[in-house]
Amino acid sequence: MNAELLIAFLASTAGAATPLILASLGELVTERSGVLNLGLEGMMLVGAVSGFAVTLGTGSMTLGLLAAMGAGLLMALIFGVLVLSLQTNQVATGLALTLFGIGLSAFIGHGLAGQTVAPLPHLHFPLLSDLPFVGPLLFRFDALVYASLLLVAGISWMLARSRLGLVIRAVGESPHSAHAIGFHVTGLRYGTVLFGGAMAGLGGAYMSLALTPMWVEGMTAGRGWIALAQVVFATWKPRGVLLGAYLFGGVTVLQFHGQGFGLAIPSEFLSMLPYLATIVVLVLICRNPQTILLNKPMSLGQNFKAD
Amino acid sequence: MSRLEPRPEPSRRMMLASPLIAALAMLLTGSVLFFFLGQEPLHAFYVYFIKPASSWYGVGELLLKATPLILCGIGLAIGFRANVANIGADGQLTMGAIAAGSVALYFDDVQAGWLLPLMLVAGALGGMAWAAIPALLRTRFNTSEILVSLMLVYIAYLYLSYLVHGPLRDPAGFNFPQSKMFNDAAMLPLLMEGLRTNAAFLIALLAVAGAWFFCSRTFAGYRMQVSGVAPAAALYAGFSEPRNVWAAFMISGALSGIAGVGEVAGPLGQLQPSVSPGYGFAAIIVAYVGRLHPLGVLLAALLMSLLYIGGEAAQIELQLPSAITGLFQGLLLFYLLAADLFIHYRFKPRHRAAPAALGENA
Repeated sequence: MNAELLIAFLASTAGAATPLILASLGELVTERSGVLNLGLEGMMLVGAVSGFAVTLGTGSMTLGLLAAMGAGLLMALIFGVLVLSLQTNQVATGLALTLFGIGLSAFIGHGLAGQTVAPLPHLHFPLLSDLPFVGPLLFRFDALVYASLLLVAGISWMLARSRLGLVIRAVGESPHSAHAIGFHVTGLRYGTVLFGGAMAGLGGAYMSLALTPMWVEGMTAGRGWIALAQVVFATWKPRGVLLGAYLFGGVTVLQFHGQGFGLAIPSEFLSMLPYLATIVVLVLICRNPQTILLNKPMSLGQNFKAD
Repeated sequence: MSRLEPRPEPSRRMMLASPLIAALAMLLTGSVLFFFLGQEPLHAFYVYFIKPASSWYGVGELLLKATPLILCGIGLAIGFRANVANIGADGQLTMGAIAAGSVALYFDDVQAGWLLPLMLVAGALGGMAWAAIPALLRTRFNTSEILVSLMLVYIAYLYLSYLVHGPLRDPAGFNFPQSKMFNDAAMLPLLMEGLRTNAAFLIALLAVAGAWFFCSRTFAGYRMQVSGVAPAAALYAGFSEPRNVWAAFMISGALSGIAGVGEVAGPLGQLQPSVSPGYGFAAIIVAYVGRLHPLGVLLAALLMSLLYIGGEAAQIELQLPSAITGLFQGLLLFYLLAADLFIHYRFKPRHRAAPAALGENA
């Protein structure tokens, strides 16, 4: 193993971590308001295909990313109308959203297979990017990698320190009390659900526009579910999402660098690692019921209807 | 929502009508979609939903594709009744297929009557072993069975892919990632000459009858139902939650595993990189649309199967993308969830909008 290989490994870890951070952060905000959206995988897929299709059609990466966020938002709106207005079961509706998203994305993406776009450009900071070792490790990523880090900090601050964060947490802990004080629980939850959708769409688009700049049916391959699990590992705290995503990013890219590191294991087994790691970490976190009880939003998964 | 009022009690009629409403809404949306795809809606509708099932061969295909959906759907429905959200049936199906396929390939030179029963047992055990993992982790470590069972689906897919690319690849197969074809003794008998429907369909019918008996006539089934509908009452009655979780996963694992046997010892005849086009996930929709009732699951599986074969027909005859099947499946579940609103709510007639406190009990 040499330094070059290690740098390549660490740098691609950031790429693999970014879609997980984006999707997890959105879901985290949704869950902090008490809503469990299991449709993450579906929203990511629809985001991925929409972003790719729009970028391919218009040539504009910005429009593509915006379209992906819009598509994720629309998907989340379906979920919101069903769960928040029509009071459907959150688990069943989330599963429906994922299954629908898988079908819809394959339908939209029919005919897009095999085409590629130029990937999201990497930034180049004068001087910094050219530094040996530190340059490729810290200063040569695309803008969304940095944006995802800023979002972790921003959402962390928002939830812990701002008035909006306080209201979101209040609604998530006890929608009835929040309603009694005069907060608009359903309206706020629409906001967090839509935010979660936009972030999932963006996370999906990162995969189809930056990681592997093409559309492949079902390309998220369970990332949405890993992102969901990550909210649990992170005990519903943004900085935990950051740690978890980089850990899983590393495990995910191990399959591409496994041979370089001298691992003589069939590639399928290396590809299993992110899923296995998810199970192992879930067990480690959940085996202590106190950890979950203390951190999980009290009303998570329960519907609220103002009388 | 102001024009909706809660019903005094859930409407039984709506409970049965809502899957029909959902199916109709889906068909209607389908026709509109056909129109926007530049098809003549009535013709496309005929090609998609009617023609595939209007010949004997078509009916055979309908039953063939309904078989894994029934088997997985029954298993999932029993779990959902008890609030066990197992969504990993596709992984359990895949492991069942791997177990049965390994038996078939190991006894490749055996032409004996015991091979097929052994494969069925192996398939059921393979599915159960895979289902045991989320059951164990949920009961021992309080881990979400939704996430664990789903992660295991991907692991099962990758394991199958490893096997057909490696140890179980047909040495004489020009490096194609697939196993040798099974010998005749390892194939499920066909129900009728000329149709591809095999004996797995009969097993699926048995599963429907067995599940009906289990749910409505046994104490174990009753315990699971109570735990799903009224967890607090189940706790008070001393019904053990771990026992329900285990029962749900073992039943689902066994049935999904057998579904896997039905695929590899049926239409496929060998192990391939993928043995299911997502039957285990479509079965989630089947379970909900079938109202978690065995008979309902049977009907819903037939409808879902029609979506699969209709999608294939539309792809061939109308050059519509095959992905349209998945789209319809997703829509069906959305419509069902929306229609279910009217089980618990009804429209408030306008003239009764005034306070009706006195008439509350009327």
